Amino acid sequence: MGGDSLLMGAVAYDPKVVTIWDGFRQWFRDHGLEFDYVLYSNYERQVEELVAGRLDAAWNSPLAWLRAQRLAQASGRRVAALVMRDSDCDLTSVVVVRADAPFAGLADLDGATVGVGAVDSPQATLLPLAHLRAAGVTPAVRRFDVGVGLHGDHVGGERAAAKALLAGEVDAACMVDGNHLLFAQEGTLVAGATRVLAQTGSYDHCNMTVLDPGRSHTAVDRFRRLLLGMDYGDPAVRPLLDLEGLKRWRDGRVSGYHLLEAAVDGSAFYDRKGALSAADYRP
Amino acid sequence: MEQGAHLLVDNALARLAPGDRLTVAGRDPHLAVHLAGWARARGHVLEADDGLVLVKGPAAGQRWQDSVRAGGPGADGVLARAPVSWGLAARGALVEAGGPSLAVDLTERDLVWTDVAPRLYAQAAASQWDPATAIAWNEPFELPPEIEGAVVQVMTYLIENEQAALDVPARFIGRVHPHYREVVQFLATQVADEARHVEVFTRRAALRRRELGTSGAGGRASLQTLLQETDFSLASLLLSVLGEGTFLSLLSFLERHAPDTVTRQVCRLALQDEARHVAYGQSHLEHRVAVDPSLRDRLRSAVERRHDALADTAGLQTEVLDALIVLAAGEWSPPGIARGFGLVRALQADMDEGRQRRLGRLGFPADEAAALSALHTRNFM
Repeated sequence: MGGDSLLMGAVAYDPKVVTIWDGFRQWFRDHGLEFDYVLYSNYERQVEELVAGRLDAAWNSPLAWLRAQRLAQASGRRVAALVMRDSDCDLTSVVVVRADAPFAGLADLDGATVGVGAVDSPQATLLPLAHLRAAGVTPAVRRFDVGVGLHGDHVGGERAAAKALLAGEVDAACMVDGNHLLFAQEGTLVAGATRVLAQTGSYDHCNMTVLDPGRSHTAVDRFRRLLLGMDYGDPAVRPLLDLEGLKRWRDGRVSGYHLLEAAVDGSAFYDRKGALSAADYRP
Repeated sequence: MEQGAHLLVDNALARLAPGDRLTVAGRDPHLAVHLAGWARARGHVLEADDGLVLVKGPAAGQRWQDSVRAGGPGADGVLARAPVSWGLAARGALVEAGGPSLAVDLTERDLVWTDVAPRLYAQAAASQWDPATAIAWNEPFELPPEIEGAVVQVMTYLIENEQAALDVPARFIGRVHPHYREVVQFLATQVADEARHVEVFTRRAALRRRELGTSGAGGRASLQTLLQETDFSLASLLLSVLGEGTFLSLLSFLERHAPDTVTRQVCRLALQDEARHVAYGQSHLEHRVAVDPSLRDRLRSAVERRHDALADTAGLQTEVLDALIVLAAGEWSPPGIARGFGLVRALQADMDEGRQRRLGRLGFPADEAAALSALHTRNFM
């Protein structure tokens, strides 16, 4: 770690993570960067390791990014978003109800049962619940805790909430915009049987977080240049980019996290120093 | 978008260059939500300020920029070499670069090809027969015990030979590049043919008796050497041209002299299939020798090597040869046996003549063809 080599952390939310980063490792090495990665079972430990200086970079969820910021700040350090995927920008989440449900607007969900994803899912829990809170709506929340600690990377919680909606077990379900389409196309939701009642503002998703930006770190600079140089036309990396869900890497930006920051504070998920403060969150 | 509207959008985008804009309109209230997620996943940018406008991303073009056309679908689209990087792609397909390479080693046309491959495959596909209905299994007959025993012994011998003839093409199927589709298809029919032969010979053997005949170690040793030949063309020579070629004489003999309808029928049907296998092997080797005359030296060596390997084995077991005599005799009497003996002598001469003729067509001079034919296994196959 350090110097000419780079050690990155990634969370093992799916077996394909090994395929992806094994493939990228070979590609980086073929391009002269000594790269290796460590897998974590949850984002909380990965972020702690990054801020403790045991990783050069961490492939972070948006929630992990916020916690990294807070932990770093609390210890007098800084983090930066080095790069992100083109597909990480400008997502929205939607609150979906059955097409024939009597709800005309968000306010009608007051007292209704809303199905959400895992406790730590930004897109299927934290952001849509913050959207409801901001509208003054207090529903009963039924959580589908699949893959807790993975910050919603495991789509199982969202899918379970969607199924519960169709089964009439909940009045509404929350999911990222793209998954509403995915669930309809794969048959989890029946096409035309649901409608979008509300949509959050847009927000950004994952980023490659590095510690202490600005210090001289040849490998981090090279890592960034190589990532940004990955070409979807290159058959050696295209399958890996497809698995990771992007067409190109772009420079990181941090302007798309304010909604999630407000959601984290509004639900007291982390405290200002990055400590876990959600009572029922055990990654 | 929930019901396939992405196809309409994709179709419109296909006519545009990266960076071009496409205005999308529709009546579905979810269009904006779904289009955003769909575009994001495909590398397009959605501008939603004034209507829904997609800015086409470069990914679709990038995916195909290094693709290649893998020959053409017809036999005239067969290329001299097929890269393993094409994997299982259909011949004639536009093949995206990347993906795993196929673990095949027969990647050159001349190593496996013959121009009659498409026609022989079509013939094979049209000539498949159903063992359950093609043979009059219930036809009443009763043979003297000695004659029935001879038929059972010959069937027992045929079964293990057909098993070898099934194994050899089966082993090559996975080694031939699928670009040479007609070759793989023909080999597949060959395997299916032999599977049927194993079935019908077994069924005839067990039609009147509970027990099959004997299996000699020498015969099995001979067959085993066929499985050990890893070169496609050399295996074609040993199995198809010489082995199955010799079997054409044998099956024809059995069709003519077998004492019951069922045996005659199974041998006739097997003979039709075997003739195709011989035609393929023969025409492949003629093609190969035409482009590479030095192959003859290797063909000669293969025959000699197999002969040397079998020098210390018995070859055809006595029981099989005797059974052929009794079967041809058709009766258990001294004149009958003498007649059967003469017929089997004539059969062996016919086998030898057939082998010499086929070797001659491969360009071997008559004396050499005669010498090589004489080295062929005494086990016939």
